[in-house]
Parts: sequence; structure tokens; C-alpha cells
Amino acid sequence: MYEGAVQDLIDELGRLPGVGPKSAQRIAFHLLAADAGDVRRLVDALTEVKARVRFCEVCGNVAEAERCRICLDPRRSDEVICVVEEPKDVVAIERTREFRGRYHVLGGAINPIEGVGPDDLRTAELMSRLADGVVQEVILATDPNVEGEATATYLARLIGPMGITVSRLASGLPVGGDLEYADEVTLGRAFEGRRVVGR
Amino acid sequence: MYVSHLSLLDFRSYAAVDVELEPGPNAFVGRNGQGKTNLVEAIGYVATLGSHRVATDAPLIRAGAPRALVRTRIVRGDRASTVELEITPGKANRARINRGQPVRTRDVLGILRTVLFAPEDLALVKGDPDGRRRFLDQLVVQLLPRTAGLLGDYDRVVRQRSALLKSLRGLRAAGRSADLTTLEIWDAKAAQLGAQILAMRLQLLQALRPLVAGAYEQVSDADGAAELGYRASAAGAGDDDGGDGRALLPDDPGAAPPSAAELEQALLAAMAAARSQEVERGVTLVGPHRDDLVLTLGGLPAKGYASHGESWSFALALRLASYRLLGGGADAGDAAGAATPPALPAGGTFWDPDLGTDADPVLVLDDVFAELDVRRRERLAELVAPARQVLVTAAVPGDVPPGLLAARFDVTTGQVRRAA
Repeated sequence: MYEGAVQDLIDELGRLPGVGPKSAQRIAFHLLAADAGDVRRLVDALTEVKARVRFCEVCGNVAEAERCRICLDPRRSDEVICVVEEPKDVVAIERTREFRGRYHVLGGAINPIEGVGPDDLRTAELMSRLADGVVQEVILATDPNVEGEATATYLARLIGPMGITVSRLASGLPVGGDLEYADEVTLGRAFEGRRVVGR
Repeated sequence: MYVSHLSLLDFRSYAAVDVELEPGPNAFVGRNGQGKTNLVEAIGYVATLGSHRVATDAPLIRAGAPRALVRTRIVRGDRASTVELEITPGKANRARINRGQPVRTRDVLGILRTVLFAPEDLALVKGDPDGRRRFLDQLVVQLLPRTAGLLGDYDRVVRQRSALLKSLRGLRAAGRSADLTTLEIWDAKAAQLGAQILAMRLQLLQALRPLVAGAYEQVSDADGAAELGYRASAAGAGDDDGGDGRALLPDDPGAAPPSAAELEQALLAAMAAARSQEVERGVTLVGPHRDDLVLTLGGLPAKGYASHGESWSFALALRLASYRLLGGGADAGDAAGAATPPALPAGGTFWDPDLGTDADPVLVLDDVFAELDVRRRERLAELVAPARQVLVTAAVPGDVPPGLLAARFDVTTGQVRRAA
């Protein structure tokens, strides 16, 4: 245990995701040794992010105004909504530069172990966005794990009866990789989801 | 295939040891605590990347050493490959094949295949359903590797579903009505994945039944027919007779078991029937995780009715049957006089890809003979002797039938010496 302030800092850092006690200690001593200006910039960035950033009232993505840049962009199509779990998933899909529709961030996935049910996610907001009949397709891009699949199934059951196309991202082989390096589960899934390319 | 060379550094009790092994029978003989099992454990580790004795790697390292090294040479047909594993607890293990660049440890799987007989096998007959489910699932994974992911997903779904049931129980206790829509989602997932597991287990059982019956007859003097059944938590849940669930497995060993689609419906129906009970207890009561492999001997359940010797024969028959199912003994089948070629039913989920010549798994019999009476010993020895390679450990040489003592090694305090 260290003296007051140092231990407080280590404790606070240790509460961050992915930071264990050893890493927290290392970061704390790095900060102690660092230039006062550098630390000030970090403090400012932390304060700024809490003060300025909020969540888009439409899609739930991080934003600096009431609406995020994506929801404000008039060149994007209102007919397709891509549903993701977290804001970082929006960034991942945006990097592809393929998708020109809008997003909807749920804020997680259905996870009873963690006590997260559909009401804890932004599902009601999604349903009200679909009510006016403009949206033609909903792409479910939740994670390809047990919780993400359950969330996708839940949403598909909810949206299906509204006459809107519901699609799910494919799972399969990573592009640019070697087939021999794929694990059995991924390769098995890719076999299940194969498509016809000629007859 | 056979292991022609084993060398260990800082593995268990061994600081350093080199052993040249022979195809056919090899016997490691030495008093208890001298390190016989450590040798076959190392070979098993190369085959499965795990130990049959402990769940973590730490006990495998010699006390005080930072890491252990296991190097084997495996001969298959006229080709030899070396596999080297460096085991460091708490870190990723490293593997090298044919002294090349390090590869992922998973790439080592499949180069060496073993079937292990150990004293713990008795628990298959006398122990809890859990061990029997694991026996079935491990075989299924060997036949169809993708199933490992399926089993992991199913386990996760069941845990999520049970968590939800618990919270529903809380709501009900508080007198509030619960929204069952999400439960239906988890029901659907559990039924979908559970049905696939169930379908594979049933297909496996259909293939295994004649093999187990045959192997039991060979090991014992046929003191009753050994039969396999399957007690499904899903079957009979809705019936008035509360049946024991045997209905899922057809009486005729040649018939096809129900399809995954049919089983999914059965699971959904059973979940609906058990719903109020499940909410009450906060547990998922239906599905492959609550099922059991039923072993019967002359119509009576082996657990509770079979004698110690009969239980042993049954355990050996289960292992022998899996050895044959995995393609073992096909080459030596006629020499053994009775071994029938393994038959996986055509058109099923499993099949038997041609693994090339000399694919026979290595048989490992760890301390098994001491547990058997003379007659069973001799019969087992006769059955395993024709295998490409058999590794036997025993505390007393007299326990090992002479036919398996062709290559005998004396094991004393971390030393292994070939007996003249």
C-alpha cells in the first residue's frame, strides 16, 4: 500500500476495464514522473469528455450535440438501419465506407447473467423509429456470440411482423487469410453459410 | 501410428529422460510413485494438449523448474514426425513440428491420437451422469471438431437461461407478472443447440451400441448382454407415465435416431411443459445437460446391479468400442479373430474419412491390469496386443500378461531402463 494520493490513483485506475493492479501501479508511477503539462492535458481530456459528449437522441451513438454527425448527414439513406451493440461497433462499420444508412446503438446485448433485459437496451427507441414506415430494412449487426444472437433473434421477432426486411450479418472466413488457419468452429460455420456461385 | 521416441525435460518427476519405444506392446513397470504414469501422461498431453489427471498445467512442471519440455517422435506408415511441446504454466505453451518454426499448439492435434484406459474409467459405470455425458461429448468432438463450439455455446445459453429463470422467480415471488418474451428467445436457442447435441449423441450411440456389445462379450465371458440406452430429460416430460426417456433411442440398433428438427420440437414441448417448475426452481431442467447414458447388463442397470468385475468389463468395453469407432483395430482386425470393422452409419452426421494408412490410435493402459481378475486380464491382453502400439503401466510385472511384456521398461525414481 502506498501513501494516500498515490494509492487513491492506483485504486481509481484499477477500476478501468482491462487494467489490473500491476498495470494500475505502472500507470500511476508513469503519471507521477510525467511532465505537469502532459498530466494537465489528460485531466482536461477527461473533464471535456464528460462535459461535452453525450448520446445522440436518435441513434444512441456518442455525439457532441443533440444528434450525432451520422444522423445529421442528409446524404445518408433513411431506409436502412444497422443495429449494433456499442458505439465502437459504429466506428468499425464506418471504417468499411460501405454502409450509407443510419445506425441504432442498443447499448449492449440481452444478458440475463448480468441482469440486462430488452428493457435495459434502447429497443423501444428502435421500434418508434420504425413506426413511420420509411425504413425498409433493418440489418442486425450484434456480436456473433450467444448474447448477440439472442438479441438479434429477439429483435427479428419484434420487427418481422411490421413488414420490414430483417437481415443478419454473415459469419464465416476472414478475408485475406489462409483457409488452413481458420479454426474448426469458424470453418464449420462458413460451410453452413456457403453460397452458390455457379450452376 | 506409434510413438518411437519420448524425451522429457523437467516434466513431473523427471529432470531429464529419454525413452526409445517399440511398435506393439510396451510395458512400464515400477513401484508406485516412481513415475510410470507420468510417461503416458506426457504422451497423452501431446495427443490432447491436456492431462488426464489434472485440469491445469502447473502440476506438470517439475518442482522448481520454470517450464517443461515434451518431445516425441511419431511414426506413421513410413513417415516420422517430431512434435515438441514447451509447457509454461500461466503462459501460452509453444509447439514445434519437425524442428521447424513454432506453430500454434492446436496444430499439433491429430498428429498423435491415443485412447486411454485408466482406473478412473470405472466411474463411467459407477459414477455420476456427468462423467458419462463427458464421455459421449468427447467422442462426438473427436468425430466432428466443430461440436466443441456447439457445446460451449449451449453451455452459455443454459447459464443465461437459468439466470433469467432465477430473476423470473424473483418477480413471481414479489407478486409481479413477468414478461416471457425473452424466455421464449432463450428457449428457442437452447432447443436449437440442444437438439443438435442430442442428435449427435443419439447417432453416436447407434454406432457405438454394436461395438460395445461386441467388446463386452470379448472382455468377459458374456455374463449378460451389454446394452446402451439414453435417458433424455426431454422425453416423457409431457407424458402421463413420466417415461424414462428411452423412447428417443430406437430399439432397433440399425434404425436412424430422430432428426435434429424433430428433437428441437420435442425439447420446446418439454420446456413448455416444465416451465412453471423451472421458474419455481430457477434451473433449466430440460436438455442434453440433464441427460444420462444408460448402461444395462442383461436388462438390469449396470450402476447398482453389476458386480465390480462386471463394471470393469463394461468400462473396458466402452473404451475398446471408442478405439474401434475411431478407426482403431481395423488393420489388425482379422488377426484378433473377432474385431469387426467399425461402422459409422451412412448418411449420418458422422462419417469415417479415410485417414490414410496406419491411422490406428495408440492404446494407453494406465494401471488397469491390477484392477482386473486373471481371466479379464488375459482377454484384454489378447484384444489389445494386435494394436499398432500399446503402452501399459503396472506396479508388479506379474499383473501384466506375458504377451504385453515384449518390450519392458523398469521405472525407478525418475529413471527409465529397458529391461533385457
